[in-house]
Amino acid sequence: MQSSGSPSRHSVTGSERIGPYTLLRLERGGLDPGAPGQFFMLEAPGRLLPRPFSLCLAPAGELAFLVDPIGPGTEALCALEPGEEIRVLGPLGHGYRLDVERPLLVGGGIGIAPLPYLAERLGGSPPVVLGFRSEEHAEAAALLPGAEVVIDPTLVTELIEPGFDVLACGPEPMLQAVAALCPSAQLAWEAPMACGYGACYGCVVEIDGALKRLCLEGPVLDAARVRAHAEVAA
Amino acid sequence: MRILNASGCLDALAAPEVARQLDAFVTKTVTPLPREGNAPPRIAETAHGMLNAIGLANPGRERFLAEHLPRLRELGIPLWVSVGGFSADDYAETCAALEGIEAVELNLSCPNVDEAADSAAEIVSACRRATALPLYAKLSAAHPDVAEVARAVAAAGADGLSLINTLRATALDRNLRPVLARGSGGLSGPALKPVALNAVSVCHEATGLPIVGMGGIETGRDALEFAACGACDVALGTVLFADPGAASRVRSELAVACAEAGVAKPDDGRSLSKSPETEEKVPA
Repeated sequence: MQSSGSPSRHSVTGSERIGPYTLLRLERGGLDPGAPGQFFMLEAPGRLLPRPFSLCLAPAGELAFLVDPIGPGTEALCALEPGEEIRVLGPLGHGYRLDVERPLLVGGGIGIAPLPYLAERLGGSPPVVLGFRSEEHAEAAALLPGAEVVIDPTLVTELIEPGFDVLACGPEPMLQAVAALCPSAQLAWEAPMACGYGACYGCVVEIDGALKRLCLEGPVLDAARVRAHAEVAA
Repeated sequence: MRILNASGCLDALAAPEVARQLDAFVTKTVTPLPREGNAPPRIAETAHGMLNAIGLANPGRERFLAEHLPRLRELGIPLWVSVGGFSADDYAETCAALEGIEAVELNLSCPNVDEAADSAAEIVSACRRATALPLYAKLSAAHPDVAEVARAVAAAGADGLSLINTLRATALDRNLRPVLARGSGGLSGPALKPVALNAVSVCHEATGLPIVGMGGIETGRDALEFAACGACDVALGTVLFADPGAASRVRSELAVACAEAGVAKPDDGRSLSKSPETEEKVPA
């Protein structure tokens, strides 16, 4: 985990719309892309606090993040143009364990963000199932060629077959449903976070029966460790 | 001028490289019994600030002394322990158990728990009897006359003041419901700076005690302004969240800010803030 020193400045190399989301590409500089599921704190231009994002893709010399414009901070990130700079801190936290035999990647909505980099690092084109709330949101499935896709009211959990090592990321109800189906799943959670390195105590989640900081314990946790979780604010 | 962290805004064990940039590390407030803290959501960003309602989450006095304090000592940084409680005895018992630290900060003003039943002066007085360590009283600027509280804690034996704590505040979401589960929280960040500068100024005039100034400091220039109002030292809070390197940065910016203001050291800024010429430059 990197938490020393100041965040480093990185220029925007590209910004593409994918359905309602924006894939923000940054020049990588000296940053390590880290393990899939780890996260970075990205400066939100004009805002006081940075925002946490897991890495979506790690093209040569770049880091790419999938951003859902749900509030003033994420909207400012989506509005960035090539050449503009933001401060970045990371990688932070704990990502997915990659020592799995039969991986199945499960994503819901903006929760598909860490899966392209996860699929790349696992190698061998692991099966992927994705759920979205609309056709427009489902355009983001293009980031994971070959994925099976369902749209609301069909639930992505209906596509999970037994016998797989599930690695999932998505909204809390989806993660709770995945945990019920696959107690051994690895789940990436989300929480409001001011710092990303254990200083603010804001991102607590009930982990192992007590409120613990998600930035230090997770964001990827074994399904059995989490019982309840806070709603994520914009 | 020393640069500290504001209590509760850094975990030195989780981020020792950040703590080592400080001249002293101030712990999260320690209470007699363990506290899990408030239910999430606990934080919210606001215009030029943020709210938190952590609720004094801490391992409790016994575990702090047995497990956390020895590990903190290994970091080799001067330590200040922030002490909290719900009665003067609570505070005094923790103070009596502390040794081998640089100072005690008495948290007399957390906005996220029910207030202690005893007055600030009673608490300071009880702690004064319990320890010979330097006692800094952390006060709230929400009091109608913070200078009066400052005089009372000075008379009760406080060696210094920490100013200011967060101010109780509320933020609503798009559905007009409070963002924080607790409903209200403490406002911190740049929005607080003018309030903090005033509190430092009036408490400095009222007591002459050493003051650790805090509230919205983001730059070396901000730190110099606190010195100009009477602070000896400063503490960084919210800025650490966005910039874990803020202490080193503020320290080097402070030297530049002093040069730009034409003062040799931050303390010299105090006379400057009092000069009529400076006052005339303030727009009406």
